[in-house]
Amino acid sequence: MENSIVEKSRGFITAIADVFLFISRTAKETFSRDFEFREFLRQCFQIGYKTLPLISVTGIIMGLVLTIQSRPALVSFGAVAMLPGMVAISLIREMGPVITALICAGKIGSGMGAELGSMRVTEQIDAMEVSSTNPMRFLVVTRVLAATLMIPLLILYADGLGILGSWAGANIKGEVSFVLFFSQAFGHIQFTDLFPAVIKSFFFGGVIGFVGCYKGYTAGRGTESVGVAANSAVVIASLLVIIVDLIAVQITDMVIK
Amino acid sequence: MNSTQTGAQNALSSKTKSVESVIEIHDLKKSFGDQDVLKKVTLRLFSGENLAVLGKSGSGKSVLIQCIVRLLNSDAGTITVLGEDVNALNTEGLGALRKKIGFLFQSGALYDSMTVRQNLEFPLRRMKKGLSQKELADKVNDALEHVGLPDTLDKMPSQLSGGMRKRISLARTIVVDPLIMLYDEPTTGLDPVTSDEISSLINEVQKKYKTSSIIITHDIQCTRAVANRVIMLADGEIHLEGTLETFEKSNDPLIVSFFK
Repeated sequence: MENSIVEKSRGFITAIADVFLFISRTAKETFSRDFEFREFLRQCFQIGYKTLPLISVTGIIMGLVLTIQSRPALVSFGAVAMLPGMVAISLIREMGPVITALICAGKIGSGMGAELGSMRVTEQIDAMEVSSTNPMRFLVVTRVLAATLMIPLLILYADGLGILGSWAGANIKGEVSFVLFFSQAFGHIQFTDLFPAVIKSFFFGGVIGFVGCYKGYTAGRGTESVGVAANSAVVIASLLVIIVDLIAVQITDMVIK
Repeated sequence: MNSTQTGAQNALSSKTKSVESVIEIHDLKKSFGDQDVLKKVTLRLFSGENLAVLGKSGSGKSVLIQCIVRLLNSDAGTITVLGEDVNALNTEGLGALRKKIGFLFQSGALYDSMTVRQNLEFPLRRMKKGLSQKELADKVNDALEHVGLPDTLDKMPSQLSGGMRKRISLARTIVVDPLIMLYDEPTTGLDPVTSDEISSLINEVQKKYKTSSIIITHDIQCTRAVANRVIMLADGEIHLEGTLETFEKSNDPLIVSFFK
């Protein structure tokens, strides 16, 4: 019993140390010479462009559903004119970043975990190493940076489509012009709504990229490790997105009264 | 150590005087947890020879060559490759040494997301910087011609058969003109005809590129076709070392079970 607790504690501490070692290696390689720019651009394309259809559908539905759900309550208070502003602030401050980040954790995080995991299993990472190529620099740094850069852009894109979806939702039971709806929506948004949301989006991107790469890169040698890496990448990245969101909200609340 | 082994080692020590050794391993130890995979391995690879390392699965054959290129760090012992102490090298030194060593992985290890051309260009761009696009293309075409697959340039690895993947993997290894080749089970999982073709390619690479090679295998047909010298690993130690003839004549039950 005692041995088991000691073993578990040792395993936990080792796992934490491994994560910090991986973070420090990633940071070191990020600022080293010979940055793999072509691979970085390829990853930006994979993460950004290839996730667009999924984010487009999610963004529009997000705005549409929020509008359909909120409208009856606002009508009962006689505050239906506040609908565009309320939806825009909800989307930009919270729903857009968090829902898009969770979708990205599912698609991009699992993709990285599975890809790097299968590269580990099929010795492709070893092959890279014996080819005098630093796999951390080529595989991990490029993916983490691409995710950190592209996920905030995807979030802003989803926010925009969400407001468009909201306009469509508002027109189901009423009639409001496109220009009026958007001018009302953007009229309510302030810098203090947008800025913290953009900042936390970069953290979401970094977390998703890092967890996906860490899980894939450190996958075991068996084929089942690929599934485990992909699955745990999604679970941990999703959980961390929620935790980062909580921390970001607390900090925003303290800084912006 | 039996008398056959001692005889073979005497023969080898006299060979040492005349032929330069490119890899020297002394008292190599490697463990994973409680399991001692390599207990005390000492061997030499001489210039220009093909050394086959035989052994049952789990006998530490692959671990041995992974320690040579420091994909795994050894626990004790020394590994000297082309005069360099592998364990003492820094990152730059290790990178420079690895440029002189070709490693053919058991699975082929072709990069799935790249075409055959990109797979071959990948190590070339990194190991031989400054090559023009034409020089790159010529080297890639030469390597593919050499393995008999010049028409696969724009194919993805998923479109290739197991034997073709092995050949392309061999082309990717020889495209950078290595001095030493390490083959990790080059014929495993292939049909006898394709295995013979890979064995012939190993011999051709030895002749054309003047490489010295270690071939990890448990395929006796391959061993007979390519080996100038053979080592049998068992229980983390060298069980027998000598020429193919030494092994063919041995009465040792383990050797007989391999060569019957």
